[in-house]
Amino acid sequence: MHRTKVKVAVDALDANQTIANANRHDFDHAGVAVVNLMSAPGAGKTTLLERVLASLDGVRAGVLEGDVQGSMDADRIAALHVPVVQLNTESGFGGECHLDANMVRSALEDLPLSELDLLVIENVGNLVCPAEFRVGEDARIMVSSVTEGEDKPLKYPLMFRACELVVVNKIDLLPHLDFNLGRLLANVDAVNPGARVMLTSARTGEGVDELREWLASIPDRARATA
Amino acid sequence: MHELSISSAVVDTALRHAGGRRVTGVEVKVGALRQVVPDSLAFYFEIVSRGTDCEGAELELDVIAAWMRCATCGHAWDPSPQPVESGASTAARLGSASEAHGDPALALPAFRCPACERADVETVRGDELEVESIEVENAEEEQCIAPR
Repeated sequence: MHRTKVKVAVDALDANQTIANANRHDFDHAGVAVVNLMSAPGAGKTTLLERVLASLDGVRAGVLEGDVQGSMDADRIAALHVPVVQLNTESGFGGECHLDANMVRSALEDLPLSELDLLVIENVGNLVCPAEFRVGEDARIMVSSVTEGEDKPLKYPLMFRACELVVVNKIDLLPHLDFNLGRLLANVDAVNPGARVMLTSARTGEGVDELREWLASIPDRARATA
Repeated sequence: MHELSISSAVVDTALRHAGGRRVTGVEVKVGALRQVVPDSLAFYFEIVSRGTDCEGAELELDVIAAWMRCATCGHAWDPSPQPVESGASTAARLGSASEAHGDPALALPAFRCPACERADVETVRGDELEVESIEVENAEEEQCIAPR
């Protein structure tokens, strides 16, 4: 027996990317634009979505909810009469901490893709893992709530670098917190210069119109770049 | 935790290229900008390779330092937070972000071009997550067979 070195030089997540490309193909075929919504647990993704979807006029939206367990989020979205599918990741090793392209693919047959303009994929709440796995999306949004502190972009740079829009949520709480908004914005700029930043409160509705307009424009922007 | 998924992907990739031969080593390039913990990757690799041709293989991780280039002025630099020196040069290097920070002692990573302050920058190195090579065992007689 002797040993031979074999040159491989392939991306370790090649298989995920292949499936993400297949998803992308299906999304394009159905004419649906897709956004991957990410954040830490409890940043307010679902509440923001409820706010936005309640009056997303002229855009037919659907939602894919990713959670380790439970259908609480999907039930909340379904109450708005928006097509929604809950994807649970608990079959993984103790429950996968992110959605990957294959999990998203497995849920697509349950969504009326051809009847949608926009599909929002609400990822599993986690500031690390979802950033590593593309699922075939057009855009990535990360929600960072002010109760999480200003240092998160420095601690989880990959997540902040992976998105094109950072939504700073729960700003209604600012008067009650020792939170330095300028410092957060400087930290976001340090890791992802040029990223669009929006300030919102899902509770009071402040800033939600801007987010709604941004989401409503994704299908047009996706078509323009297709 | 995603190191489990990545380890599985690394093992799958190695097995695919091993073509049924026993794998004794796997070399993986990990860019410094990926949030992959090397120890965690090695831990899961050992678990997911059990019972496969990769069982017992040595996992070699090459960490690739980050390197950025400005699309506007061509300046190239390492974006990782630099140790903070005292004096005015530090404030100048850390620039406006540090001033907004109000904490000159805290070093920030620099993904905005430090030369022209534009945001249109590209990653030259540091985004890698690649199976670079594998080492496989060949039976002696296989040496006589023309390489495939």
